Amino acid sequence: MSRETISSDYKYGFETQIETDALAKGLNEDVIRLISSKKQEPEWLLESRLKAFAHWKTLVEPTWAQLKHEPLDYQNICYYSAPKKPTKGPQSLDEMDPELIKTFKKLGIPLNEQKRISGVAMDVVFDSVSIGTTHTEELEKVGVIFCSISEAVQKYPDLVKKYIGTIVPYSDNFYAALNAAVFTDGSFCYIPKGVRCPMDLSTYFRINAKETGQFERTLLVADEGSYVNYLEGCTAPQRDENQLHAAVVELIAMEGAEIKYSTVQNWYTGNKQGVGGVYNFVTKRGKCAGRNSKISWTQVESGSAITWKYPSVILQGDNSEGAFYSVALTHDYMQADTGTKMIHIGEFQLGIPAIPIEAWLKLCRLRKTHEIILNVILCWWVQIVAPILSPISKLKIKMQSLNMRLQPHESAKNNFFYLQTRGLNLEKSISMLVNGFCKDVFKELPLEFSVEAVKLIEMKLENSVG
Amino acid sequence: MGPNGAGKSTLSKILAGHPAYEVTEGEVLYEINFEMKNLLDMEPDIRAKEGIFLAFQYPIEVPGISNANFLRTSLNSILEYHGSPPLSEEEFLTLAHKKMELLAMNPKFLERSVNVGFSGGEKKRNEILQMAVLSPRVAFLDETDSGLDIDALRIVSEGVNKLKTKNNAIVLVTHYQRLLDYIKPQYVHVLAGGKIIETGDAALALKLEEKGYDWLL
Repeated sequence: MSRETISSDYKYGFETQIETDALAKGLNEDVIRLISSKKQEPEWLLESRLKAFAHWKTLVEPTWAQLKHEPLDYQNICYYSAPKKPTKGPQSLDEMDPELIKTFKKLGIPLNEQKRISGVAMDVVFDSVSIGTTHTEELEKVGVIFCSISEAVQKYPDLVKKYIGTIVPYSDNFYAALNAAVFTDGSFCYIPKGVRCPMDLSTYFRINAKETGQFERTLLVADEGSYVNYLEGCTAPQRDENQLHAAVVELIAMEGAEIKYSTVQNWYTGNKQGVGGVYNFVTKRGKCAGRNSKISWTQVESGSAITWKYPSVILQGDNSEGAFYSVALTHDYMQADTGTKMIHIGEFQLGIPAIPIEAWLKLCRLRKTHEIILNVILCWWVQIVAPILSPISKLKIKMQSLNMRLQPHESAKNNFFYLQTRGLNLEKSISMLVNGFCKDVFKELPLEFSVEAVKLIEMKLENSVG
Repeated sequence: MGPNGAGKSTLSKILAGHPAYEVTEGEVLYEINFEMKNLLDMEPDIRAKEGIFLAFQYPIEVPGISNANFLRTSLNSILEYHGSPPLSEEEFLTLAHKKMELLAMNPKFLERSVNVGFSGGEKKRNEILQMAVLSPRVAFLDETDSGLDIDALRIVSEGVNKLKTKNNAIVLVTHYQRLLDYIKPQYVHVLAGGKIIETGDAALALKLEEKGYDWLL
């Protein structure tokens, strides 16, 4: 059976022809100063960028992941590219370049006021800048701040300064340091005390410009007793060169707050010879800072040439909960090294420090040939305040993992055969089995994303098994 | 019937189109609506749509997919193949509940994931339920009696008896006469060394129970 569909069916692979304001390729202090000045940033932020850059220069790319790629040339990347705005002044969606509006329509993301998805507020990041956020007024009524991080730096500098880099410091790792030095845009969100965010918040990332890196920086703060459901989607044009996406996402949940963070990652994977595709090096971490707080990460990782990603949770508050749900799908030359880390710190009521426990879970999948590998993983960590007599906090871990190699596996064939004898053709049999396995993850996604995820997986599986 | 290793299960898997087997010679002709077709030319799902059914000795578990969803998708694929309109959820449930009564099955079975956490007997009963809903023309029941306790054996057998009509054929693969206490076969064939070496009626099964296979081999 032909496998053409997998590589050629990347319907987001088009490029938008648009005038951009871009820096020349290369990275040095001047580039960082230029990015900072373009964004009219306060002095403290520039200083922290330069500090991160100085530190980054002392680091080398991590090699512990089960990934293979040619070393990246960080001087051959453009660190800032933004669509030229037709007019100056405060940005509104009405002033947006019609080309951009067309682009997002093609991506299935309606930006104009009438057609936008009701019940979801959206921030859209195109290359290095946010090009608009919807529903801001409705959110402001309940005190929810949702805007691009650049805007937040201008409007809410104290909040940003207070929290940025506290969960993922620049010294965390190579890519985090690079991000802290050159990050361009991403979303900022603050949910005030006791507010249940009235709608889902969503950011859509698109890398368009050639040889441009996207350095997303997202920060979500959920104050005491608040709740937010946040979704993130990503696509990029089909290109022969590798594009770099080095993101840092930080979540903070105060006492009794809950953050649900979902990603459907569908960056361009490269073609079936392994040429092109996005290198997705992402540091995502949340902190359950207060008692009874909850953070969950749900991810459907079906894109990128390389995925390096370990959404983690620091369980600091007593009775806090962390969860991780993941479906990762790789085919051809795609590589994914993903998993999670839960760091247990909580203290007992009497103030006796608990023994910090690190639960580390990692999945490595490296593929080279025409195969599809799917792994599904589900786990929950609950930090329970133990009775005073017990010396350590209890962990509850539930994990379900499935590694499915969809090509030559005999037992898989037997499973497909069973469904076939019930009148389902091979493709339907495969998608039914896969969706069945992924169901526990998909049900964690908000409805619209869940439907999208099912379709995405089905599209990827189409004609994939011979 | 036939001794261990005679090829009984293999035969039923081959007829259903199991990918692990390659047929090197011969054809399997199947007349349907006065048209002769070769089963071997068809993918397993097409065979199912043409009315072949195999009740598995070891049914597969399908986590995350409810029995109802599975069975309805299956039935509707077959209906679609024959140009018939698909059943709505309601129509399907009415049909399924009726068939479940035949097999004394709790309707709650429909909500559970296909075969997940089912006991051996429940899995076998579920296979017969699928047969009842899909109403195949030729059904192979591969050791459906193994792993059933006496009550389950009786219920499944009664179900099979009720499903037997003028228009279908049911081939039971079994080692034991006890199934035949409940199901009266029209023919008993003995398979050994890849060939049918003896054919008779129900009396042959009794004789085999008494004397074993040695006298035939």
